[in-house]
Amino acid sequence: MEDFTPISGLIGGLLIGLAVALLLLLNGRISGISGIVGGLLAPRSQDVSWRVVFVAGLILGAFGYMLATGGAIPVNMQASLPVLVVAGLLVGFGTRLGSGCTSGHGLCGIARLSKRSIVATSVFFGVAILTVFLTHHIL
Amino acid sequence: MPRILVALFAGTLFGLGLAVSGMMNPQKVIGFLDVAGEWDPTLIFVMGGALLVTFPAFRVILKRPRPIFADGFALPTKSALDARLLGGATLFGVGWGLSGFCPGPAVAALATGLTPVFAFVAAMVGGMTLYGWIFERPVRGGVEADPTSKAPV
Repeated sequence: MEDFTPISGLIGGLLIGLAVALLLLLNGRISGISGIVGGLLAPRSQDVSWRVVFVAGLILGAFGYMLATGGAIPVNMQASLPVLVVAGLLVGFGTRLGSGCTSGHGLCGIARLSKRSIVATSVFFGVAILTVFLTHHIL
Repeated sequence: MPRILVALFAGTLFGLGLAVSGMMNPQKVIGFLDVAGEWDPTLIFVMGGALLVTFPAFRVILKRPRPIFADGFALPTKSALDARLLGGATLFGVGWGLSGFCPGPAVAALATGLTPVFAFVAAMVGGMTLYGWIFERPVRGGVEADPTSKAPV
């Protein structure tokens, strides 16, 4: 458990929660990243500008952290490029089909006690744990 | 205009939170998902920290008649536990487990400029586009009403 970082995890989580609460209080919007990005790709895209700006902010926030701390953010990918591409396709298609991802279902939906979000979050956590178990310990 | 500034601020705060939390690193996410290995419970603290804010905040905010800068709350309306929800969550779970990336951290990680991150996000956008082609095809006037039409269905 040498990688366990509960304090920075908790602080990061509080900042994310604050961002989610502000977007709902001020703009009346749910901070679901797959929904925000997906809304840009729909045939009749709605409210393009706030979505573009929110996505730009996500990147800007991470970039600002790197500038402020003077270091790179560790992004260690164990998966090979072909596996990453297959995973990306599954994540993109699956989050649209299932109406949400870790943020939309996991943070916003659970906060609303949405039955759909609680079920979806249980399913994608369960399946992801099973996938990691199979790829790391069986195959 | 205030709505655009709010979106920029909320997005930036979200990205900063992801960076601080360590969840932009797929290795840490997989460290959490790998319950049979060297388990790293950090992700629980990230989600717990976020829910510590959103759970009470949503209760108060959704009692308001409307948000501050918009006419109404844009909330999901579906309530059925249907095959799409379960199938979509399953496909997402496989992709998440294979890569350690979910949409938010993957997009934020574009800030690192690493090529594999761009490949993942491009594939993710491709998957979303594919979903749009299959399930959100715009209905064009006349095509549906004409039974002799050879238009693809």
